[in-house]
Formats: sequence, C-alpha cells, structure tokens
Amino acid sequence: MLPPHGGTLVDRILPAERQEQALEEASKLPQLHVSDDLAKDIENIAFGAFSPLEGFLCQSEYESVLHEKRLTNDLPWTLPIVLDASKEDLKNMKAGDTVAILDPLKEPVALLDVEEIFPYKKEELAQEVFGTTDPAHPGVAKTYAMKDCLVGGKISLIRMSFDEFQKYRLSPIETRVLFKEKGWRTIVGFQTRNIPHIGHEYVQKTALTFVDGLFINPVIGKKKSGDFKDEVILAAYEALLRHYYLRDRTVMAVLRTEMRYAGPREAIFHAIVRKNFGCTHFVVGRDHAGVGKYYPPYAAQEIFDEFPDLGIVPLPFKSFFYCRKCESVVNEKICPHDSTQRIDFSGTDLRAKLIKGEPPPKELVRPEVAEVLLRSKDPFVE
Amino acid sequence: MEKRKTIEIPETLYDRVSARIKGTEFASVSDYVARVIRERLAVEENEKPSGYTKEEEEKVKQRLKALGYL
Repeated sequence: MLPPHGGTLVDRILPAERQEQALEEASKLPQLHVSDDLAKDIENIAFGAFSPLEGFLCQSEYESVLHEKRLTNDLPWTLPIVLDASKEDLKNMKAGDTVAILDPLKEPVALLDVEEIFPYKKEELAQEVFGTTDPAHPGVAKTYAMKDCLVGGKISLIRMSFDEFQKYRLSPIETRVLFKEKGWRTIVGFQTRNIPHIGHEYVQKTALTFVDGLFINPVIGKKKSGDFKDEVILAAYEALLRHYYLRDRTVMAVLRTEMRYAGPREAIFHAIVRKNFGCTHFVVGRDHAGVGKYYPPYAAQEIFDEFPDLGIVPLPFKSFFYCRKCESVVNEKICPHDSTQRIDFSGTDLRAKLIKGEPPPKELVRPEVAEVLLRSKDPFVE
Repeated sequence: MEKRKTIEIPETLYDRVSARIKGTEFASVSDYVARVIRERLAVEENEKPSGYTKEEEEKVKQRLKALGYL
C-alpha cells in the first residue's frame, strides 16, 4: 500500500481514557471559537487526512507553503491550513499555552498547543493561493473576512463529531484497511462536489479500467450558492452506484471539508488528501476546484508537472460531452465530429431544467439519478 | 525566494544537462537536478510499510463490517 504523504499517517485523536479529563480541562483553559469548517478540518488533521500536518501552520511553514508550495521539509503542500484569531481572542493566550478550541455550538473539539502567533497579509494570501485579489472570488472573500492573526500549533482532538453522514465517514486508516481487504493495489480517487452525470460516470469507469478500485470521495461542507446540497449529491450517487457500478470495485465515502475554489493549488491538495486515504491515482478534470473564469481550463492539470515527488499519479481528463453522431460519451481527443453534434454536460442547463421540474435528457443524466433530483424539493444550496 | 545550497556534480554531466535543457521548461541545471532528485525520492519514499499495527487493523475491520463496507 502506498504510504501516506510524509510517510506516517498522523493520529492526533486523544485516547478514550484521556477524553473525559480533556473535556474537564477545556472548561478551565482559554477558549478559541472556530467555524464549522475549521472544526471539520481539525478532525481531518486529527485522523490523518491532512498528513503530515499535526496542527495549524506556524509562520515558516505558512510562508513556505504560500511561496514555494512546499512545507519546510520540501514535501509538496499547496494550501495553507491556518487558524485565524482576533486580537480580542488572543488577549488570554500566548505561545506556550494550551487552549481549548470550541465549535459553533460551544462544544470543546480539541486542545491546541500554541506554538506561535503571527500576523499575515490577506492580500498576499489571496494572490498566492487564488491567483487574484478580486473579492468576488469566494475564496478571496473568505480570506478578507478572516481575523487578523494566525495561530500555529499542534492539535489534539478530544472527540469526533456526529452528523447525518456518519455511515459515509471513513478515516484514512479505515479506507486503507478496506482497500487492502478488497485486494486492491491500485486505487483511483475521484473528487466531486456535484451530482453525477454521464460524463462523470464515463471518466470514473475509464479510470477504473486501468486500476483495481474506484474511490468516490464527495466533498461535504460549505459550498457556494447554486451548488447541489450534500444530501442530494450522496443520494444521487447511491442511485448511480446501485444501478450501474460493480460494488466490489467501488467505495464511496465523504471528505468533510469546505471547497476553497483555489483551482490548481486545490487540485494538488485534493490529490494529497486522497493519497492519505490510500489512493495511487487521482482524476483531475477540466477546471478542477475552479470557479468562474479565474483559472485557465487545464491549469489544475498542468500544475502537477511541478510536483514529480507528489507520490500519487494524476489522471488528467479532457471534458466529456455526448456526441449525437458517435452516439456515445466522448471528448475532443477521440471524437472527430464538429460542435453541432455535441450535447454538453452543462450544470447551468441542468439546474434550469430541474427548477422547471423537467427531467434532464437521458444522454446526460441516468434516469435513476434524475428521479432522485426531481424528487428533491430543494436540491440547491441557497 | 527559496533558500538554496550548492552541490557538486561532474563537469561533463553539468555540460550534458546544460545542453539537454535548452528550450525546455527547466530554467537551469539546478532546476533539472532538483526535479530528478525529487522524482527519485518519491520512488524510495513510496516503499515504506503501512505504519499501523495488527490490533489497529482488526479494530478497523470491525467498524467497516458494522458500517456494511466489509
């Protein structure tokens, strides 16, 4: 099995016998309140999805990631995983302290050993990570809304959260054991934040043809307005898997993290996370993790050339479409016909049809998936 | 700017790489050498064992069975 990024799967979950004591401690320690997104990422760090990170980046790591796209030990790492705090938050804490991290429900999530508190420049962060300082970009807008300081240090998760997606929540050690039990040596990871159309199915099955197993790993977490809701994405995938996939060749589990819309940098990050889950290959589509027209369509594929030491093989795919003449799903690399023969997998058209209560064409969406979408009263994020 | 250190390679090899990278994406022999080393390291680092114990693996299998994955 491919080792995790950095060689060791991080485990920062407090042992059961320490949890009660940690909960008690948390009520007496200085407290830092975090968003739901950050609380999820604390769990990701704790169970090793973000290996080799053991906590939030300190200044030298932050600057290295920002400017070199690597950690200070030279390992590829493209997104700064940081914890922001206001001057008010920091009144009662300093480097060397242990603080309690609380989720939006004010429940203790983790303990943080504060190693460093440092200032940062939001415009620089936005420019380096998103390639723009345009506040219309959702990632930039979020960066500008962050608090003024960053706090670096290792975390210790007190206990895992529970949600309605529990049965889809597998940790990297669990997927690794699962893949081994299934006898898979090569596994392709498929990242998605969307309902499956036939183009996705085609990409997944084409990739699966060359490896032992397919790991479908939808991102569950905050998305932008107009995206499909998490429960709709999972129900649509369940319908697709039930009717059109070999179950002993496919595993679906969720990744609970927010979309950053950082395009190329996020594609590398997504690949690293899937490597930690045990994947050997990773599908990178057109405009992976993109938004609007901020990134060239294939920039997220080209960035992989910068990382010969990533340790996971990217599988770059062109955009697929349905060709009336070929009577199948094809792409520009394999279809000789002109664009008048094409039916594109347009998310905008699909949304428009669903809003009107019309089923999408069967060339684009499987009827069983369409049924799930039409049954859902309110399938989109507001 | 990334911090860099000097390493030595035979002059003939330097000249060979220098000629090879003309017109490619590599801006210097150093960039080429860094890439080759990183490629090699990735291969070597991918040969490590799993890092978890038999007991941990058994515990994980129980959960996977309970969830219906196994």
